[in-house]
Amino acid sequence: MMIQILNDVTMLTAVAQVAAQAAVPTSTIGQLHVTSVTFFLLFVASTLGITYWAAKRTRTTKDFYAAGRSVTGLQNGLALAGDYMSAASFLGIAGLVAMKGYDGLIYSVGWLVGWPIIMFLISEPLRNLGKYTFADVVAFRLKQRPIRAAAAAGSLATVLAYLVAQMVGAGDLFSLMFGLPFELALVLVGALMISYVLFGGMIATTWVQIIKAVLLLGGATILVLLVLNKMDFSYGNLFQQAADKYKTSFLEPGGMYKDPLDTFSLALALMFGTAGLPHILMRFYTVPDAKAARKSVFYATGFIGFFYILTVTIGFGAAVLVGQSAIAKFGAGGNMAAPLLAEVLGGSVFLGFLAAVAFATILAVVAGLTLAGASALSHDLYVGVIRRGEANEKEEVKVAKIATVGLGIAAMFLAVLFKGQNVAFMVGGGAFVIAASANFPALLMSLLWKRFTTMAAVVSMYTGLIVSLVLIVLSPTVYVDIIHKSEKDAVTKSVAAIDGKVKEIDAQIETAKKGMIAPDVLAKLKKKEKAAAEKNNAMALAAVDTSSKDKETLLTSKKAESAKMPVAPVKYKNVGIFSMSAAFLIGILISLLTSEKEAADKFAGVKIREYLGIGAE
Amino acid sequence: MAKMSKEEILNDPEFKSLVSQKNTISWILGIVQLVLFYGFIYWVALDKPFLAKKMTEGKAMTIGIPIAVGTILVSWVLTGIYIWWANTKYDEMVKKIRERIGG
Repeated sequence: MMIQILNDVTMLTAVAQVAAQAAVPTSTIGQLHVTSVTFFLLFVASTLGITYWAAKRTRTTKDFYAAGRSVTGLQNGLALAGDYMSAASFLGIAGLVAMKGYDGLIYSVGWLVGWPIIMFLISEPLRNLGKYTFADVVAFRLKQRPIRAAAAAGSLATVLAYLVAQMVGAGDLFSLMFGLPFELALVLVGALMISYVLFGGMIATTWVQIIKAVLLLGGATILVLLVLNKMDFSYGNLFQQAADKYKTSFLEPGGMYKDPLDTFSLALALMFGTAGLPHILMRFYTVPDAKAARKSVFYATGFIGFFYILTVTIGFGAAVLVGQSAIAKFGAGGNMAAPLLAEVLGGSVFLGFLAAVAFATILAVVAGLTLAGASALSHDLYVGVIRRGEANEKEEVKVAKIATVGLGIAAMFLAVLFKGQNVAFMVGGGAFVIAASANFPALLMSLLWKRFTTMAAVVSMYTGLIVSLVLIVLSPTVYVDIIHKSEKDAVTKSVAAIDGKVKEIDAQIETAKKGMIAPDVLAKLKKKEKAAAEKNNAMALAAVDTSSKDKETLLTSKKAESAKMPVAPVKYKNVGIFSMSAAFLIGILISLLTSEKEAADKFAGVKIREYLGIGAE
Repeated sequence: MAKMSKEEILNDPEFKSLVSQKNTISWILGIVQLVLFYGFIYWVALDKPFLAKKMTEGKAMTIGIPIAVGTILVSWVLTGIYIWWANTKYDEMVKKIRERIGG
């Protein structure tokens, strides 16, 4: 451990000297940078300008939820990519790769492969059948009220889990970067995201997202070029140095997930969760038609794939050029890997720029999430369920705006509870699991299966939601690391204290043994001296004996103490496989047991509209 | 939808062929995507030594790294294939049918 830290320090020093950018090898992270503040204020000013401009164009519900359906394929591609390239992707994946090596790549690959599935199976029907939310599609030929209530519950749970992860990322970043309190970041992010959505609706949210996507792609590309510059533009060199510095296992799978079922479960949630994310699905309604929707997925997949290759490079680059222990000093989750790398390679100016971009990233993503959550509350829950579809546009927008403020405040409070978690894990293990279980199965079955009934859809959605929530709470990450945190910390502390005492006793035994006079020496001694020496040896032996007994007692108490460590009722960190299968199975089972003539009859209309786009809004 | 009823459209051979072609393309590409990703995950979960093999003897780079990056690239290419097919074939067919049924 000590050697590792020394290595990192020498590494940092060497890098700093070679780069001649920083006089001292310590990080300026934690201080307020003029550059980052400047860049950040510029971003805030321009996005608020856009919001002002958008506010004048936001009159109808179509403007507020769907930017008047006037977004082009390329713009929407960038906005989708922007939604997806969140703090979880940027800070989280880079951190996971830097700290855990190869297994971090599972996230980048898994988060990308959901996009082709969206394109092949749901992009066109989604666009042709829906209006503002994915619940429009599920409810298209089924009964409106129960479907919308269930879909709103699933959407809200997904959005909140996602929002909280992003807010935690924002708080971490803010306190680590600028040395300002975590809570202040939450207030700042919360206030800005509420302003964007409240005044500018989807038009402002989309443009904030596009600007941020361009800045983030640009910033990450520069960072990767700087890493490769150090490596003579050879990935071989980068990986060689990573393997030399750590073990070769750093480039092999197995760092994080040892259990095959856990890995498989994570993969399922990452792939199918994307197709159940309300803020992603909502963007399909901002383009004029199915053709533009399809195009935007193609662009988005390209941008996101490129970005993930960049973040993986950044992760390995940070492991080599910054070092794991240096990164861990700024939070065990590793979220600061990318900003630290930026500082080592580009000095405090580049750090400032990247910090501002990361902050902007979070802002844009939380704005999109808030809008999706607000639309679930107003369009699905208020208008669809409470008012039975009878509310006028003005009323709907008003409710959406109230919901925006409420959600923003709720997210701020929840974020305080989840302080200190790795954001990639929170999104991958939380939000994606809920999306893949509560939202995706019902959406897919309603599109593909004529026999699918209202009852089946409703039960499937609630089953997916409840099973995923319960299992997540019972899994080690929440049950042990969050709910039983004080017990876990207490056990870890007392075990460490016992280990310390054992070490002391070991040292005592060692000294006692050293104090003994060896038999060959003893034999050569004179009688009087021999007696004294034998007495000395006997005392030493007795001391060793008592110490050994003490040690044994300590080891028993350590065992007892370790047994007090809270154990999660569910051993898997990733529970998606169980909750998603449950949602599918119960949906299929109930569809087979019930029949709904009206829904089956309407399937013809669905098919015509789905394939030909006739009547699409 | 003035010229044809829903039933007539549904039973229209051209519409039927459109639906079956779209579904065939979607499912083929979807299955390729699933095989690609779960093949990767199979190795990650159950055959770690395979991904841990070295690209070239004596170098650190494992074959797992290009395989992961390749999965990302091939996925994007698949969306490209779909969009190419949809833009050239599918949209043409839809246009023809819509002109005929007057929708």
